Amino acid sequence: MATAREPEEDEEEEVKLIKTWSSPYALRAVWALKLKGIPYESIDEDLTHKSDILLHHNPVHKKVPVLLHHGRSICESLVIIEYIEETWSQNPPRLLPQDPLQRAETRFWAKFVDDKALPAIWQAFSKEGKEQEQGLSETAEHLRLLEAELKKKKKRLFFGGEEIGIVDIALGWMVNLVPLFERILGVKILDEEHHPALLKWRQRMSDVDVVKENWPPRDKLVAKWTAIRERCVGKAAANE
Amino acid sequence: MSGEEKVVLHGMWASPYAKRVEIALKLKGIPYEYVEEDLLNGKSEALLKHNPVHQKVPVLVHNGKPVIESCIILEYIDETWKSSGHALFPQEDTYRRARVRFWADFIQRQLLEKFIVTITAVGEAREEAIKELRKNMELLEEGLRVNFFPEGIPQYHFDDQKNVRFLDITMCAFFGLHKAQSEFVRTTEIIDLQRTPLVFSWVESLKEVPVVKEVLPPHDEVVNLLRGFRQNAVGSSPQV
Repeated sequence: MATAREPEEDEEEEVKLIKTWSSPYALRAVWALKLKGIPYESIDEDLTHKSDILLHHNPVHKKVPVLLHHGRSICESLVIIEYIEETWSQNPPRLLPQDPLQRAETRFWAKFVDDKALPAIWQAFSKEGKEQEQGLSETAEHLRLLEAELKKKKKRLFFGGEEIGIVDIALGWMVNLVPLFERILGVKILDEEHHPALLKWRQRMSDVDVVKENWPPRDKLVAKWTAIRERCVGKAAANE
Repeated sequence: MSGEEKVVLHGMWASPYAKRVEIALKLKGIPYEYVEEDLLNGKSEALLKHNPVHQKVPVLVHNGKPVIESCIILEYIDETWKSSGHALFPQEDTYRRARVRFWADFIQRQLLEKFIVTITAVGEAREEAIKELRKNMELLEEGLRVNFFPEGIPQYHFDDQKNVRFLDITMCAFFGLHKAQSEFVRTTEIIDLQRTPLVFSWVESLKEVPVVKEVLPPHDEVVNLLRGFRQNAVGSSPQV
C-alpha cells in the first residue's frame, strides 16, 4: 500500500491571509478560517507602507484582507467567507444555510451590515454636529432592525442559529468596538431597553472561542480609535 | 417540476436592479408575473409587506416568500431553478465564483454608484466622481482581460444565450445604456472605445442579445429620466 505523501514546503494548498492587526474585515476571515479548522499563514501588513505582495494580489483596492489559496487571491471579506464555505464545504460549521431562501435572507443581512450598518456607525464616529446626529439616528434604526431580526426565531442563539454564521461574523465588530465607540464618543449606542437580544448576542459572541482568542489587544485598539477620532475632529476644526 | 410555482417580480421600468432580475428570469425561461411599482407616488402594499426594510425594487416573490437585492436574487434564482435554462454562476470552480462575486461588487460600488454621484453631485464632488468612474472603468478593462476574456471576446460569443451569465447581466442591465448616460458626463464617454475597448465590445454585444434588448428601457426615456435627476441636483441650471 502506498504511503501518504508528506506535504512539501510551499505546497500550493497552503493558505495565507494578508491582514492587519486591527482590521475588523480581516478578523472576519480569521474567524472563518479558524472555525473551519483551516491552517493558514498570516501576512501582517503595515498599511502605511503597503507590501508588494498586497499590491500584487489586490491591485484593485489595495486593501486587506486578501486570502491566498493555491497562489491565487480572493479579496473582499464577505466574498472570502463564501469562498471558504464553498471550498472547504466538508468542514463544519456551516456558515450559510443550505436552503436557497434562507441563504438569500442570510446574504441580505450580511450585506446590510456592510452597506448600511457600518457606513452609518462610521459616520457617527468620524463626524460631528448634524452629520454625527444623522449617523447616530441611522445606526439606531439599523440596530432596531437587527434586534427584530434576532428576536424572530425563538431559542436563536446567533443570527446563524445555534452556531455562528456569516451574519454573526460580519457583525462581530460590534462585540468590542461598540463599547469602545460609546466610551470615546460619550454616547450610548446599545442599551438594555432597546436591544436586549443584541446585548445577549454580544455576550455569547464574546464567549465564542475563536472570537475570544483572536481579539486584537484592547489597549492598542483604544489608542488607535481614539487617535482616529481626534484626527477626524481635528480635520473638521482645521477646515472651519 | 412543479406547475404550481408562483413567481412575481416587483420592478420599475428604469431600475437596473429590476432589469437584472428580468433578464435572469427570461434567460432561464422562468415564467413570472411582473408588477410595475410607482416608487414616487404609491408603492404597492405587497412591496411594503415584502420589503419593509428598504421598500425598494426589485423584490422577487416566490410562492409568497420574498427575496431582495438584485445580486442575491440572481444567486437565489440559480440555486432554486437548477434545471431551468443554463447556470448563471460558475458551478464547480469556487475560485471562479469568488472572482465573479468580486467583480459584481466592483461594478456595483465602483462603477454604478459612482455614475449616480456624477448625476446627483455638483462642483468638485462631481468632478471627482467623473475621474473615479473613468479610472474604475479602466480597472474593469484590466480585470475583464485578465480574468474572463484573455483572448478578447469571440465574435458571435453572446449569440449563444448560454454565455450570458451573472457578471454579464450585472453589467449590461445598467451600462447597456452607457450612451444615454454619457450625455450627462460632458467631456467624456463613460465607456470609451479607445481606452476600454474590451468593456466597450462586451457591453455593445450584450446589448444585442434579444432578451437584453427586450428588457432595457429605450434610450430617449433614460435620457429624460437622467435629465430630470440632473436638474433636481443643480436647480434650474443644467450646466455645472
